[in-house]
Amino acid sequence: MKVYIRSAASISAQKTFKQAGFLNEVIEYTGTRLPVIEPDFKEYIDPKLIRRMSHVIKRGVAAASECLKEAEVDMPGAIITGTAFGCMEDTITFLTRIVEGNEEMLPPTAFIQSTHNTVAAQIALMLKCHAYNNTFVHKGVSFEHALLDAIMLLNEQEADNILVGGTEEMVDTSFKVLTRLGLYKRWPVSNLALMQTVSAGTIGGEGAAFFLLSDKADPANLAELSALKILFKPENIEQSIIALLKAHDLQPVDIDLLITGKNGDTRNDAIYQQVISAIFPEHPIANYKHLCGEYPVANSFGLWLAANILKNGSVPEVVLQRAAPNLKPKKILLYNHYQNKYHSLMLLDAV
Amino acid sequence: MSSAVYIVGLGVISSIGNNVEEHMAAFEREEAGMGEISKLDTIHKGELPVAEVKLTNDELIALTGLPENSSRTSLLSSVAAKQALDDAAIPALEQLRVGFVSANTVGGMDQSEDFFVDFLADNNKGKLRHVHEHECGSITEIVASQLGIHDIVTTISTACSSSANAIFHGARLIKNDLADVVIAGGADSLTKFTLNGFNTLMILDKEFCKPFDENRAGLNLGEGAGYLVLVSERVKHSLKKEAYCILSGYNNSNDAFHQTASSPDGTGSFMAMKGALAKAGLQPADISYINLHGTGTPNNDSAEGTAIKRVFDPYYPPMSSTKSYTGHTLGASGGIEAVFSVMAIKNQIIYPNLRFSTPISDLPFAPVTSFLKDQPVKHVLSNSFGFGGNCTSLIFSVA
Repeated sequence: MKVYIRSAASISAQKTFKQAGFLNEVIEYTGTRLPVIEPDFKEYIDPKLIRRMSHVIKRGVAAASECLKEAEVDMPGAIITGTAFGCMEDTITFLTRIVEGNEEMLPPTAFIQSTHNTVAAQIALMLKCHAYNNTFVHKGVSFEHALLDAIMLLNEQEADNILVGGTEEMVDTSFKVLTRLGLYKRWPVSNLALMQTVSAGTIGGEGAAFFLLSDKADPANLAELSALKILFKPENIEQSIIALLKAHDLQPVDIDLLITGKNGDTRNDAIYQQVISAIFPEHPIANYKHLCGEYPVANSFGLWLAANILKNGSVPEVVLQRAAPNLKPKKILLYNHYQNKYHSLMLLDAV
Repeated sequence: MSSAVYIVGLGVISSIGNNVEEHMAAFEREEAGMGEISKLDTIHKGELPVAEVKLTNDELIALTGLPENSSRTSLLSSVAAKQALDDAAIPALEQLRVGFVSANTVGGMDQSEDFFVDFLADNNKGKLRHVHEHECGSITEIVASQLGIHDIVTTISTACSSSANAIFHGARLIKNDLADVVIAGGADSLTKFTLNGFNTLMILDKEFCKPFDENRAGLNLGEGAGYLVLVSERVKHSLKKEAYCILSGYNNSNDAFHQTASSPDGTGSFMAMKGALAKAGLQPADISYINLHGTGTPNNDSAEGTAIKRVFDPYYPPMSSTKSYTGHTLGASGGIEAVFSVMAIKNQIIYPNLRFSTPISDLPFAPVTSFLKDQPVKHVLSNSFGFGGNCTSLIFSVA
């Protein structure tokens, strides 16, 4: 069985949504938190509903709609989302009201929309889609587990045209708490200089990216997702990478481009450097978190990037760490880890 | 892909017991777990009954060996998951691919609530150790690490159907040959967040709940955890013990009607039950017992009842809502009720639906009202429906 990415839609800090170009106009931000460029939600959602929806719901619904539109699919065969924090805005709103109002006179809306499955549910509701609907909430591999579920559904021939997405929203409260936990840098940096200013901490981000997966070959497919491996506390990540390549009859030399989840944090990036030195010492390398920031499902942006590189047959200058002449990748390894606890590997092929 | 998935281990903790045996005894005594709030610090104490696990956090910490300040959800999860794994007693587990698929709805919210009081007063205050378990995935990670599981570890959150989906996912990991053994289920502890949330929706009964009764007035919240150990056919043959049963059918469908309310004709529940029957290759008349979602809210029981009528008419198997004992344990309910479903097959019993007196006027059936022994229980249908229209049905069958 093969798994193809038919379409991909990403709402991020960059002009990635409904754009003719492919990262040809990069936005620079200075700070430790990247915002999201909000699309015109009226195109996708009833204006009466927009007002009540939190950012993560609006972005999720819009990205899912655009993904389906680009795939020319009206009704997906399943809807699966991944998010670590879920609907943070509504969760914080309801918690704040509980504390400030001492549990009295609480309006229900924020609670109703606070459950982690709200994005997948709202997409189903909008489409009147009664199909399989699931939400994975496992920290830095929430999106990858949603993908794995989709791959299993395709393998079981239970569904086709599966809509899979990763969504995360950053609100002031979560940014403050995560800053206190030491995730972010202590001074403002330019996101475009992030990879050159390696020090403790990264920059925060948020976003929504959706993909339509199918097992059917089609000239319109963006890429083939040939392998996905999720690892929890791997003993030796280099060995895991070699094993994955071997399982697909590949050598490191067969990989045309390595995309890593480097985020400018010294300890975080040391892991990637170790892998690069050991397995990919001369390979072309690309990074993306200076464009979208770090968040638990940031690798959904990475997958959007990889799929578009393969479709376009070119690598945008802004993501390249190490270039090569006439670089037209046919095979990409996307490697991300979250706080060195959760690692994920994806192999992607041009179609 | 078509190989069977066997259930070989069970673990459960709820307001009516701290292990499987205590639950079975409580069922037979027809003793419900609801009572006045004693552990949660809330203004609703004395006004809203809940079904609390009887052990305090300190007692659970002593029992599990988890650190102080652990979320109550981690503690409950640890107790039940460990029980399930011990019960399965799988030899040479370390040589197998083991997964832990756990569900919950609000992670370590009980701790986050404490943090938030100080944080709101001053954003630089609040002890950070209280937010370490905020994410749903943290609960799973803590318990997986304690059990030494690292092959596949994941968390599902689909509101009140969460742990039914975790069991469903666990079975598919085995069928897809990605795991040999999966501990699957879920946990949720009572929090101010959920208690107040359900209270704002005005669906909490101020009395003990009366699922599927014409005069039902809402649900009682509960807490707990329930896990099954699922194994492949190959692993099952390596065990010295008999498997309890198999997971023969499952389906996940979406009601796509409203964020919180169920559709009047129970579309999602109808599709979930139909789909699970088809997956198991069974007819409605083959079902020996239905463990209802049966929260006790007017809306849920009416939609679920209508869907049952559409699927089963004119044959109605015995059915009951064990939430009349445990309250609605939210993300844990699918796991806890899966344990009850499996035990119904093992012990050939049917649980009563407590406090039932008047059948719902437009439904031609009523739940079982007394504890029944020596029943021919071969196939059990367990329903779990949640916010966001997430409807999941599981079918357990004799091995």
